[in-house]
Order: sequence, then structure tokens, then C-alpha cells
Amino acid sequence: MELSVVVNDIHKAYGQVKALSGLSFEVKPGELFGFIGPDGAGKTTLFRILTTLLIPDVGYALVDGLDVVKDYKAIRKIVGYMPGRFSLYQDLTVEENLNFFAGIFKTTVKENYYLIEEIYKQIEPFKNRPAGKLSGGMKQKLALSCALIHKPKVLFLDEPTTGVDAVSRTEFWEMLKRLQQQDIAILVSTPYMDEASLCDRVALIQQGKLMDIDTPQAITNKLPGRMFAISSPAMYSMLLDLQQYSRAVSAYPFGDSVHLHVIDTSFTINDLEVYLTGKGQKGFKIKIIHAGIEDCFMYLMEKHHAHV
Amino acid sequence: MPMSEIIQSTEVRESIIYVRDLVKRFGRFVANDHLSFDVYKGEIFGFLGANGAGKTTAIRILCGLSTPTSGQINVAGYDAYLQTEKIKQNIGYMSQKFSLYEDLSVEENFTFYGGVYGLRRKQIKEKTTLLLTRLDLLDERKTVLKALPLGWKQKLAFCVAIMHDPKIVFLDEPTGGVDPITRRQFWDLIYEASHNGITVFVTTHYMDEAEYCERVTIMVDGRIDALDTPANLKLKYNASSMNEVFLRLARTAKATGE
Amino acid sequence: MIILFGMPVVQVLLFGFAITTDIKDAQIAILDKSNDYMTHEITNKLLSSGYFILGANLDKDDQIDKAFKKGNIREAVIFEKNFAEKIETEKKASVQIIADASDPNMANLLFNYSQSILMDYQRQLYKDKKFPLQIQVETQMLYNPELKSVYMFVPGTITILLMLISAMMTSISIAKEKELGTMEVLLVSPLKPFQIVVGKVIPYVILSCINAIIILMLSFFVLGMPVQGSLIFLLAETVLFIFMSLSLGIFISTVSQTQQIAMMLSMFVLMLPTILLSGFIFPIENMPVVLQYFSMIMPSRWFIIIIKAIMLKGSGILFLWKETLILVGLTLFFITMSVKKFKVRLA
Repeated sequence: MELSVVVNDIHKAYGQVKALSGLSFEVKPGELFGFIGPDGAGKTTLFRILTTLLIPDVGYALVDGLDVVKDYKAIRKIVGYMPGRFSLYQDLTVEENLNFFAGIFKTTVKENYYLIEEIYKQIEPFKNRPAGKLSGGMKQKLALSCALIHKPKVLFLDEPTTGVDAVSRTEFWEMLKRLQQQDIAILVSTPYMDEASLCDRVALIQQGKLMDIDTPQAITNKLPGRMFAISSPAMYSMLLDLQQYSRAVSAYPFGDSVHLHVIDTSFTINDLEVYLTGKGQKGFKIKIIHAGIEDCFMYLMEKHHAHV
Repeated sequence: MPMSEIIQSTEVRESIIYVRDLVKRFGRFVANDHLSFDVYKGEIFGFLGANGAGKTTAIRILCGLSTPTSGQINVAGYDAYLQTEKIKQNIGYMSQKFSLYEDLSVEENFTFYGGVYGLRRKQIKEKTTLLLTRLDLLDERKTVLKALPLGWKQKLAFCVAIMHDPKIVFLDEPTGGVDPITRRQFWDLIYEASHNGITVFVTTHYMDEAEYCERVTIMVDGRIDALDTPANLKLKYNASSMNEVFLRLARTAKATGE
Repeated sequence: MIILFGMPVVQVLLFGFAITTDIKDAQIAILDKSNDYMTHEITNKLLSSGYFILGANLDKDDQIDKAFKKGNIREAVIFEKNFAEKIETEKKASVQIIADASDPNMANLLFNYSQSILMDYQRQLYKDKKFPLQIQVETQMLYNPELKSVYMFVPGTITILLMLISAMMTSISIAKEKELGTMEVLLVSPLKPFQIVVGKVIPYVILSCINAIIILMLSFFVLGMPVQGSLIFLLAETVLFIFMSLSLGIFISTVSQTQQIAMMLSMFVLMLPTILLSGFIFPIENMPVVLQYFSMIMPSRWFIIIIKAIMLKGSGILFLWKETLILVGLTLFFITMSVKKFKVRLA
């Protein structure tokens, strides 16, 4: 089976700043692949290399078997790209934008309408509105439609959900999952850890390095030790006490509970109860939980000393 | 994670931001539709809502950067129509978009803003050393800002915003795009500031951060649709997380595409 | 930094050297029908004054018109037959001075200088011969008998306006796409650089042509500019100039990363030198040689010559082929450079 994307030991620096340090991975056709990492991790640089807008300093990359440096013209015909900032013409209407992008790819809206139908239906009532006047969520749907209209083989979406409200974010990912059935490889980058679970496989990136790459389940399964969630009416003091708990690897606040990570195999919940009661904590609840991507991300950050 | 556990429930709380029927209109468009709320002294107050819901408009009014169309607004004891300059002197502001000067060093940024806030040289020196030590960045005081990673920049920006010990600090999406560990360290800073008596008014996209606030409001289409502690909101909407509460409220908002 | 401090310095120097209304090395044509010692002495005097240099030596009357149409002659001095003989026997002879008044100020100055040199010679003769004699001077202000200054300004203004609209507007357009981020998406598509560039240019071609027609109509109907030559030829040359300006604008755009840089380049590299060095207000012959050579690469300089020649002198393609060819060459140059400089990648 031909791989949709192959990346081999890519390095890229901007002057003194090393944006990517030795990234390698593969993506299969029809895969929904997520790049999870904060700003500055290197996601945009990676996407720009894969869409042939930048040349790597070291290493090579293939998109649909074509080299990103030598065969850039061919690659540009078969990929769909949604860059970080909104890439639409603000003065053109929704419909005009779509027709424009169909035109430059030498196709028509009609030809591939089935691909974007579900998405476009949601913004169709606004088809005569200038793109600049749409809400964040609407712009995002339009940008996705424009990137899909020529039936690309590989779709690159650079932080498509950043700055968009939670409702639209959820809807967007639902749309992506349905697109998978069309055998298009979809590469998405996002700083939102919770979106990782929606991907087939994810790559956790921090400071230009790949910390791990696997299915979300496998990554969370790989986490050594156990994860506990402790909630209490006195959260702040609870947090402080847990942070001082020497038997734990880490204690981080997670909304209304604290996630405690323990690797020590001899550890029991009872030990924790004893410790906390000894500290004067009352009325707390301890649950065993399955670690999430964010837990893993932070653990890996500490492990790779990628934390500043 | 409310600090309110320290405050007894029988205590009368002093209102440091007082808003009644705030309306802001741009032509025919109503950005803020009769907002009413109090923010208590020393509180960590969360301001949530989708983009375009009217959050930024409201914050600008509270910061004295914009005049309301109507309504009573009092910030740190000063009127938002007539005493905007006094308001600005008593607050700090930090946002994801506004940051420090990239071409200046850490120290130069502190000196500059210290001067802007009216601090004397000695105070600036003390504060800078104090804050940089707290961040464990004392070694970087001469480093130019653009050479620093985003997480550090955000933490420094926060410190600059509070260096003059303002009564209130407004934080507009301060942790956007920042890695999860740095995000939590940022909230450590927020807690400390709150502990030291600074009222924190924060907007955020991250629903788990909503839980760290004592009370939150959720703005939808220019109105306040919810105002309570996270615990109470979860009970009311029968939700297990603030994310669910938010989704429930946001989905019922009119789909105007605005 | 360079732009902030260097530009004003350069401009001041340009201003200082280019702006001069002193006459120097104006090209004149001499038609000497006598060819005797007197006419030779007068000619010598004229040519050694420092104001004039010999542009053409004519033999026949019908060559005068051609010489002016060609464009480099500012003035023709015509001595009548048997000049010296007439002075000695009839005590008077005449010299005809025909000046190209499409730049009325220059024409006036040149005429005055010429006349004073002649009068000077007359005084000299008078001293020697000890009796009154007279060199009669007839004048003719060619193409602009009323010495209307509008004839001088309008062609220049047309040039500047067209250049402004075409070059400046296009220079921003590509830089704008880069700034907004839409350029990224255009690049990751089958579009070739050539197509992107042309796509940006075409709307401005149409806009500029409409503008040009309006300006020409206003000049003709409201300001009273004549169109002695062929209107079609005028329009053709105008369209050529528009294309030239557009390609120049595109070129600036491809080398500018932001709209701001594009604007500043347009301003300083195009507008100000165009106004100062194209011969619009200040005659090129009066400038230092360095600047004269510099003005040769200014397309506006050539277009002003073309426009004046067609409108005021009725010149046709036979006279203006050289200038036209230069404009065509510049256009092709800028287009080629634009396509070459167009970045296919972001970095």
C-alpha cells in the first residue's frame, strides 16, 4: 500500500531557532492523523514543508510518493491546504470563494459537491455574504470546503479549530471523521489535547521534537504507573499537599480535580488516604482514572526535559 | 479551584467591579445587551463565551478603553464614563495578543512598563528582581524577548501586568496556545496574585480553567446566560464538567452566523 | 534605517542638482543660408556661450519641421541669404529664431539668451563700423504660440497620474496577498506564477485604461490641450505606458514582503524621481550628466517626450520609434524580472 505521507529525519531552523529536529513518521491513506502540541512546537513549519512552501534543511519528505522539493508542482495539484490564518478572500462571498478555488484547480463545484455537501449545507444560507463577515465557525467550514473542492488526495489542516468556539470545534471534528470514508489522508494540527482522542493516530510534538507517535489509546496505555483523580472541597490546599507528596511523580490540577501520577508499584490508595488525612484534608474523593492525552503529554514533556 | 474556602460564607463581600444594565451598541448591532454582575474583591472571576459573544467589548469598557452606550459601571471605585484615566491607573491588563516588546530585553520591558505605571526607579528595581526570582528567570533579565519561548513570555507579561500592584488585573485569553505544564504554572501565578489581594478577571477558551475560577459567567450573543460558581452551574445543568455546561448553553444560542 | 535616513538625503541631493532653471547645453539647429564670415562668427558666439550646443546643421527649410518633430532640438536659428552683404550694403539683415514652445519657459529663456547674444554682436559690429545697423530678429514660438504653461504641465501630469495609478496600485496588490496569507493558498495549487501575476494585473489594466481616457478627455476639452497627431496612436502609446507601469508595479510587489515596503519603494523609487528627473518640470539638459544618464532609465521621461510630440507637434511613429521601442523593452524587462523574482515558496 502506497503511503500518503512519508517524513524522514526532517530538520528546519530559522536562523538560531531550531523549529524541527529530526522528525520522522508515516501516514496511510484514509488516516485521520493528529499533530498535538503547543505554539512553537513546529506544527506550522512541518505543514509548510509538506505542502512544499518551505524546504527542509536536512531530510526528505514524500507526499503521495512525490518528493516535496523536486516534485513540488505535482504535489500542489493534489493536496488541500488550510493554513493557520484564515485564507479566504474577505471581500468575496461564500459562493464566490468556493467557485474561485474550484476554478484554480480546474474543476467545478458541481463535480465534487458530494464531498463538501454536509459541510456546505450549514453555510449555504449565507452564500451571498462576504467571507469577512462570517463568524469564526462559519469561516472554518468555508475554508474546509474550499480545501476539499478539488478532491485532494491529502488534506493538511493547520490549527483549524484555534480561536473557534467549542460547539463549532466539536462539529468540525465530526465532519472530519465523515471525510475519512473518502480515502483522503487528513493531517490536522491542534494545540487542544482533548482533540487527540478523535484521531486514528497522533504525534505529540514539543519544541520541534516528536515525543511519541501512536494511536491515542496506545499512548495512554503506555503511560507507566497509575493515574488518580482527587477532588475535594478545599482544592487549593489539596493541590499543595499533593504536590509535596514524595511518592507521586506529578500532581497537576485538572479542572475540578487533581491528577496524581504514581509509578511506585507498591503504592495503594490507602497510602494516599493516610497521607492526606494526616495533612488535615477532609471530605476528599479518590478515583482511579485512565490517563488522558494531556496527562501523557505532560509526562513526556518532563521526561524529555522539553519543559522550560 | 476557589480561594473562597478561606473566606467565610457569612462575610459581606466588597464589590470591586459593579455593572448594572451595561449596553454597548455599534450602530444597530448590540454587542452587550444589559449585562449585570458584580465582581468581588480578591475573587478569581471567569468570563467565558464564544468568539463574537461580546466578551472583548465588555472588557474594553471595564478597562476604560471604550465608553458604554448606557448602564452603570464602576471599576475599582471609579466611574467608567468619566474616570477612565483613574481606572487605567488602578488596573493591569494582559492578553494573548498584546505582549511585551519583542526587541527589548526582559529588564527593559519591566523598566518601560514600570515607568508607564508611574513607579519610581527603586520600586521598579525591587519589583523586577522579586518577580523574576519568583519565575526563576533571574538569569534571563538581559535576554531579548523574542529569544524566549512563548510560555516564558506569557508568564513575564503577567508579571509586568501586576508589577504596580493593581487592584484588578484583566487577563484576556492569557494561556492560548501555551503548553499544558506552562498553563498550570500560569494559574499558580494567578492564585498567588489573588492570594495577595489582586482581583483577577480572566477570559479563557479552556473549560477546565473555568473550574479554577470562583465564579464564572457565560456570555452568549451579548447577554449573560449564566453566572454562578462552577459547582452550582454543573448541578443546575446536570453536567459533569464545565465543558458540558458551556456546550449546552452555546448550542441553544441563535444560529445567526454572526 | 536606510530608508528612513538615506531616502531623504538622496532626495535632497536630487532636488539640489536637478532643479535648476539655468540654461546649459540646449540643442539648437542652425540653418545658415549665407555661410559667410558674419554668420559664422554669430554661430560661433552662440555655440561658445555655454548655453547652446549644435544639435543639427540644416541646409533646407523643410528640414526644420522634421528636426523639431524628432524632439531634441529646442531652437532653430535661421540666417537669411547674403547676410553679411546685406549688413554692409543695406545696414540690416534678419535672423529667424524658431523656438520649441512646448516648454514655454525654456523657449522664452532660450529666445532671450539668443537675442541678447545677437544684440551683443550687433553692438560689436556697431563699434567697429561706426554706423547704425540692425540685426532684425524674427521669432516664432512653435507648437505653443501663446506660451501656455498648461502645454508643459499637462503631459507631465498625465504621465505621473498613469504611473501612480498603475504602478502604485499593483505594487500593493501582491504584497497584500502575502500579508493576508491568501498567497500561501494560491501557491499550493496548480496555478503557475505567471497566472497569479497576470491575474493581479488585469483588473488594473482595465482601470488604468478607463482612467487614461478620462484624463485625456479632460485635458482636451477642459484644459484645451490640442491633439495634433493621430488620436489612435496616442491611445496606443498610452496603453503601452500603462502596461509598462503595471509591470513595474508588479516587479516592486514581488520584491516587497509587506504592503508598507511596497508603498515606500513606489514612493521613493518611482514618484519622486519621476517628478524631478523625467523632464516634467525641469529640463533634462540642465541637469548634471550623471542625472541625465539616470533619467534615461526612467520610463516616464520617454513617455513625456512621446506624449508631447503627439499632442503638440503631431509626430507620428516614424519620429517616435526609438522612444516606443524603449518603452516596449522596459515592459518586457519588468515582466521577465517579475516572473523570475516571484517566489514560488515562502522562504
